[in-house]
Parts: sequence; C-alpha cells; structure tokens
Amino acid sequence: MSISGRSPSSFAAFISLIKRDLMLSYRHRNELLNPLLFFVIVVTLFPLGVSPEKTLLQTMAPGVIWVAALLAAMLSLDTLFKSDYEDGTLEQMMLSPHSNALLVLAKIISHWLVTGVPIILLAPLLGLFMFMPAGGISTLMLTLLLGTPILSLVGAIGMALTLGLNRGGMLLSLLVLPLYIPVLIFSANAVDTSMAGLEIKGQIYFLSALLVLSITLAPLAAATALKISVE
Amino acid sequence: MTDATAGLHVKSISCTRGYRDLFSDLDFQLCPGQVLRVEGKNGSGKTSLLRIMAGLAQPLEGEVLWQGRKIHHTESDYLENLLFLGHRAAIKYELTPLENLCMARSLQGCKTDNGIEDALSKVGLLGFEEIPCGQLSAGQKRRVALAQLFLTRASCWILDEPYTSLDVIAVAMLEQCFTEHINNGGMLVITSHQPVTLQAGEQHRLVLPKTQLETLP
Repeated sequence: MSISGRSPSSFAAFISLIKRDLMLSYRHRNELLNPLLFFVIVVTLFPLGVSPEKTLLQTMAPGVIWVAALLAAMLSLDTLFKSDYEDGTLEQMMLSPHSNALLVLAKIISHWLVTGVPIILLAPLLGLFMFMPAGGISTLMLTLLLGTPILSLVGAIGMALTLGLNRGGMLLSLLVLPLYIPVLIFSANAVDTSMAGLEIKGQIYFLSALLVLSITLAPLAAATALKISVE
Repeated sequence: MTDATAGLHVKSISCTRGYRDLFSDLDFQLCPGQVLRVEGKNGSGKTSLLRIMAGLAQPLEGEVLWQGRKIHHTESDYLENLLFLGHRAAIKYELTPLENLCMARSLQGCKTDNGIEDALSKVGLLGFEEIPCGQLSAGQKRRVALAQLFLTRASCWILDEPYTSLDVIAVAMLEQCFTEHINNGGMLVITSHQPVTLQAGEQHRLVLPKTQLETLP
C-alpha cells in the first residue's frame, strides 16, 4: 500500500515480464522464423523476378528491403498479445497494481527484441544481395534501428484494438498500414539519399521524433485498447 | 451492520448481455470475514458479476466501491488487495509451474515470505516444479493456478469456479485454505456448481437472477 514500496516492484515486474516473454519466444523459436524467412525470401526473389542488373537493383534496394521489413514486422504482430489474451494472462495484467502501460511496454520491447532486432541484423546481408554500397548499408541499419521499434509500438495499438475480433487481420492492416507509411517514406528516402552521398540528418531527426512520440504514447494507447478488448 | 465503507460494496448495478437483462439493481456489501457464494443457472450472469466486481467489465448502471471509494478511482489500492482467478487460468503451457507462479507473483506486485515451492507443495505439486505445464493434467494445471492463493496477501478473493477439474483431496485442501483466509479477516466471492462447505465466517448466498442476498446459518 505504500507508494514508495511500489515503484521498485513495478520495475521488477517490468523486467520479469520481458524475461518471461523472451523465454516463451525461445521455447517457440519456430514461430519466430516465419516473419524472418518472409523478409529474406521477398528480398531475394526480387533479383530473380525483375532483373539481376546491378544499377537497377541498387536503385530499388532501399525501398524493397524496407517494404519487406515492414511487412515482416506486420506479420509478426499476431504473436504479440494473442496467447496472453487466450489464456487469461492479459486479464491478470490488467488487474495488476502496476501501470498497465508499463507492462504493455515490456511486452512490446520483448517483441521487438525477437522480431525487430533479427531484421536489423539480417539487413546487411540483404543489402549485399542488392549490391548496396557500404555507406548505404550502414544507413539502412540505422533507419531500421530507429524504424522497427516504431513498427512494433504502433502495431501494438492496432493489435490491441483488434484482439477481441474474430477476423481482426484485415482490419489490423487497414489500421496500421497508414501509420507505417511515414516511417517507410523517411527511411527509404534516407537510405536513397545517403547512397547518393547527401546529408540525411533531416530524415534521421524525423524518424527519431517519431520514435520518441510512439514510445511515449503507444503504450498508453495500447493499454487502454487492451482494457476494452479484455472486457 | 458493520461500517458502511468497509470491504466491497456493490451499489445497484445492472448488467445486460446482448439484449438480455442478466440482473438489475443488485446491491450488497461484503465485509471482512464474509463469504459470498454466487449461484445460478448456466448463463445467469455469475461470471459477468464477478468480472464487474473485479473491475474487468463495466456494469450498465451502478458502481462498485472498495472501502467507500469507486474501484476505478482507488484502482491500485483495490488491485493490490484483489485476487481474481477466472475460467482461464493464466497458465502458460510452455512454462513450468515455478516460472508461471514467479510471473503471477511479480504481476500482483506483492512480496510474501511464503516461497513458491512451499505453495506448490501445499497444492500437492511437489516434484512437478520443473515440468512444463502443458504436460500436466487439467486438474494439475488448475492446482498451479490455485497455488497463487498461498502466495498472495490480497484480502479480497474473487474466484470463478475454482473447483473445476479438481479431485476430492484438492477440494478439501482448498476449503481448508478458504477457512483460514476467512478467519484471518479475508473476503471471498466464489461461484461453484458443487456444494461449498466452509466452517468459517458469515456466509451469504446470492442466487441469480434474484437480487436478494440470503444469509446462511
């Protein structure tokens, strides 16, 4: 009941929720592979389908890799709250004395660690497939580092809203895709620009601002949406 | 009657499901040391009432008060004192009973001296601590969830069908646990299709859709 006693245990709950989700993902490794395989396959099919010509692939590379990353992130959203919703863990989260937004943030962070981080790590390899220069690849990784957390955070709101629906998948894409588009535009453009040897500060600032905005607001919005979905 | 602000006060609530009225103008108070058994046919709104009392669902009308204040205002104080176990046991099949209970305990945010292994031995799951819950039987999974009763410091327990898939020994163990809780000044709200025999506290019964509380001898 003492407020002073609550904050350290809130942090402990935050950490243990992240740990638990990582452990669950580890025991379900196969499910994690799906979005990653999708990411790799889409990008590797482009040279086969379009043309293996170097200049053409280079111009397409930022867009193709980013679109594939975005769709892979969307595919992976499904696992974010679903099992917790079905087995009642979400109810217990909502009934926890800790801030719901904090717990939701923990879930989003662990989701990003197992879906976003592998995408960032695979990106250089795919960049090489597409003949991207080293400078382009490092910008690609930077934009993914700033962009994939936004995808997870914004996706969490959409997922939380559509959780109670039987066929939420269609609605989820309609809700979330428009919000993903600014991230796509700024990121792909930043990579393009850096490959042309120009300054990319503007785009990076914009992505960072979007990231800060979504870290502060998305957990609150998702927690409220989850409350409605649980009811 | 005891202090008007003590315990949990359900103040003239109504609830509908679709176009069907489940109950209306339900009004009662549950004080420390009291048991409320909610009974009624399938679909009479027992679970809906319990979810409203836990704050998971909103009543159509009316409000639920904890120590005289609306539960959504005193949220964290109420939530620290509340243990709600629903139909869905919140048990992860991939995790072991130990890991499941660790998580449940840190979510509830209360530190107790009772160890988790101690609680597991009380529910008769000694030797199953490291086995993924997916490999346990339905009754054993239920026992894992119920082990939380031995870990919590919450004073208000709201339990939806806790006896489901439990054997006779487990039911007796559970009733023993309830008796202790009530004698320590706890509150218990329970739904069950099985007869509940508790030798403690003041016992009330609510048979939905009636709105009058009966006091049991």
